[in-house]
Amino acid sequence: MKARVHVMLKDGVLDPQGEAVRHALDGLGFDGVEKVRQGKVIELDLADGTSEDTVREMCEKLLANTVIESYRIEMS
Amino acid sequence: MRAAVVVFPGSNCDRDLAVAFRDAGCEVEMVWHKDTSLPAGIDIVGIPGGFSFGDYLRCGAIAANSPICTEIKAHANRGGFVLGVCNGFQVLTETGLLPGALLRNAGLKFICRTVPLVVGTTDSIFTAGYAAGQTISVPIAHHDGNYIASEDIVSQLTDEDRIAFRYGDNPNGSTADIAGILSGNRRVLGMMPHPERAADEKHGGTDGQALFANIASALTAA
Repeated sequence: MKARVHVMLKDGVLDPQGEAVRHALDGLGFDGVEKVRQGKVIELDLADGTSEDTVREMCEKLLANTVIESYRIEMS
Repeated sequence: MRAAVVVFPGSNCDRDLAVAFRDAGCEVEMVWHKDTSLPAGIDIVGIPGGFSFGDYLRCGAIAANSPICTEIKAHANRGGFVLGVCNGFQVLTETGLLPGALLRNAGLKFICRTVPLVVGTTDSIFTAGYAAGQTISVPIAHHDGNYIASEDIVSQLTDEDRIAFRYGDNPNGSTADIAGILSGNRRVLGMMPHPERAADEKHGGTDGQALFANIASALTAA
């Protein structure tokens, strides 16, 4: 089984990298890009039976820094 | 007095930090990230700059979960002293020993230059060798030094006089110009600038010397 963890900077936390991407898109002539937020996706191959709670614990302990980041877990 | 300097894979200021402690009169032991205990009788732990674990995931995140960091947390929770410089500051925020986090510099560039720092408080063994409000010159060398914390945390740091150093000319977008902060018990200091790179005439500046000299004299007297 797999889990996919999406980690994003929380709303309100300035994202300089996302802002640089927005600026570059603007430079390429893409109008109307008002905001870009850049995050990361972490894919985990897990032993069968691993619970979402365990993945949540991984997020809290290591995968996300909850001071600045939020996370979302997709199990499949 | 005795200092331990931690070495992670990717640390690159560990020996500089050890030299600065030694020149101030400390006995120094290097400890490896996999060590499960600190040497006996350690007064202060130094967490050096560098790129621990290649900055993978987030700066300092993997180091903060290494075996030695469990010991460093226990040492700090017993009232032990800790100095984290640059990547060491990032490790300290990741362990939760210091509040807030360090984000990518606002200008996105790695910045490596000597900057003016204003001493925010003299109420710690790290800063008692300076005068309050004194401006000193210390090098910075980082990509992720943009300090962020909630308004509540920043007011708390301000009210409790825990902002050890502020940038004279904010280079990286840090909230409230914060360059270094103290823990609640004032025994843990994390700072992005490198005092160990301004601790010898040959470095081109010696404004960092007072930090190490004062640590050594305060802990020797104790």
